[in-house]
Amino acid sequence: MKIRLLAIAALGAFATACASTPPADDTTPVEPPRSVEPADTGSNQPAGPIPGTTEHFVQTAGDRVFFDLDRNDLSAEGRETLRRQAAWLASYPDARILIAGNCDERGTREYNLALGARRANAARSYLVSQGVDPSRISTTSYGKERPSCTQSGERCWAINRNATTSIVGSSYTN
Amino acid sequence: MSRLIAVFTAVLASLAFAGLAVAQEPLRVDVTRGNLDPLPIALPDFVGSSDEAAARGADITRVVTNDLASSGLFAPVDQAAYIEDIENIDLRPRFSDWRVIDASALLVGSVTIQEDGRLVVAFRLWDTRLEEQLLGLQYRTAPENWRRVAHRVADEVYERLTGEEGYFNTRIVYVSEGRGSDGEPLRQLAWMDQDGANPSFLTDRSYMALLPNYSPNSQEITYVSFLDGQATTYLYDLETGRQEALFSSAMRQAGLNPDGQSLSARFSPDGERLAVSIQGRSGHDVHLFDLRTRNLTQLTQHPADDVEPSFAPDGERIVFSSSRGGGSQLYTMNVDGTDVQRITFGDGIYTTPVWSPRGDLIAFTKQSGGTFSLGVVRADGSGIERILFEGYFVDTPAWSPNGRVLLFTRGEPRSDGTRYEIWSIDLAGFNLRRLATGGMASDPAWSPLIE
Repeated sequence: MKIRLLAIAALGAFATACASTPPADDTTPVEPPRSVEPADTGSNQPAGPIPGTTEHFVQTAGDRVFFDLDRNDLSAEGRETLRRQAAWLASYPDARILIAGNCDERGTREYNLALGARRANAARSYLVSQGVDPSRISTTSYGKERPSCTQSGERCWAINRNATTSIVGSSYTN
Repeated sequence: MSRLIAVFTAVLASLAFAGLAVAQEPLRVDVTRGNLDPLPIALPDFVGSSDEAAARGADITRVVTNDLASSGLFAPVDQAAYIEDIENIDLRPRFSDWRVIDASALLVGSVTIQEDGRLVVAFRLWDTRLEEQLLGLQYRTAPENWRRVAHRVADEVYERLTGEEGYFNTRIVYVSEGRGSDGEPLRQLAWMDQDGANPSFLTDRSYMALLPNYSPNSQEITYVSFLDGQATTYLYDLETGRQEALFSSAMRQAGLNPDGQSLSARFSPDGERLAVSIQGRSGHDVHLFDLRTRNLTQLTQHPADDVEPSFAPDGERIVFSSSRGGGSQLYTMNVDGTDVQRITFGDGIYTTPVWSPRGDLIAFTKQSGGTFSLGVVRADGSGIERILFEGYFVDTPAWSPNGRVLLFTRGEPRSDGTRYEIWSIDLAGFNLRRLATGGMASDPAWSPLIE
């Protein structure tokens, strides 16, 4: 039963990842932090994103959690993503993050700025409950002003209802 | 910008033309019944003492005609139908020539260019049935202000025939919506005359600017800027272009998180205070900001978001939207935060309350199912709400200074995303028109009447 539920959750996550552009692959287990030195691949192209970077964070933890229409409560899937984010942040203790709350375009402007702030705060509170030092987290709301998907339609709106975490400062970046 | 010195010199009225006044109702536009009977008015080109003056006269007539037609309360009669050729506005018109083409009102005017280059614009408004002069005025002004004189003439005609103050000599600040090279939205403040003339940008493309509001003296606006990376209330001086983030130090003093966002700020009717929603540790609350002392006072404490405050025209109460009852609904309260009363009760999400300049109504956006509507509700919550427009998307209503017309953001779905435009509608729910902005636009703010 438990396994079945998990499988459904994973399927849901996969569907979301397909719909969005960046590969927020929620099914991948958290990778152990790699060495700061890029691995010698024998060519100029690194094999994957440099550990500690936003790209690495996106690939290993997933940078976005999604919300239902007009809601700011986290889904089970969202909490799972945030637990991976917390684990990643535990591995890169110098990393600081910015969580931006976003909304779909089916709401008025000021209302959405407030709603986006609630979404960012929901993600922030959960990360803090998972042991992330609050001083490493800043939040902002973009309301509906910075959609990652600019077409009209439920497919896009679902993607745009999110809290997106990015790495804003770390000794690992660059 | 040089000021309009509209010299209210002579009232040409007293040239007593008694006429053959039959017992008849005085000419009046019925503003309660909407556009069922827009008043037919003839507007021959203002005459000029020279070719240059005559050309300017035709320009002025075009602006006046457009203003009056845009209200939906007047039906300008096609110039091609005119019989009498007006040459001298100080002579009595041949009223039968105007009655036969069904023009109930006749506006004649003249333009003289003085030796110093200044314009003298005179006009007379006639009731063609009573054969009486309703209005006779003259303005003197710098030549570049001819459009403002034209709007002023339109305002005088509107007021004389409707009994309500006009709104044509006004400006509109709005958000010009563009797309960047990667399709990302760009939002810049722009402004223009109410009829779309003289447009220019107030902010550049480097940061997003949203939700402008006019000060009562028309000299400043507030708006929400992303210049600092997140939504922050700015005060912008329209004369000098200088702007400042308003609350950062006051937020620190008030014990608020200085990194919290601050949203759309609206002026009190006396221009001395702002009502604004600021993000605190548990949600957004309505605050008052004193522009002189720079102190912030918190008015609401509810953990739910209290946003979008707007003053009543008497300055005594504030309307705002709040999710305290679950979904977002509208509430009013005293300016000290006491006596909170809910005024909307319908299904759906109620946002963007704006108090009418007349005081009796509050305009709002309602989101219900897949549609958005623009509506009004009595400020005391009594009676039922009235929906003026329903469509794919509605936001940011803004009242004309006389409380007769609403501007609002209207969105329509297009294959490349939603197209936003500003539309206007009469309070009676008719005369839906697109505002003459160049491209996509949203977030209108309507200036007070310019003196």
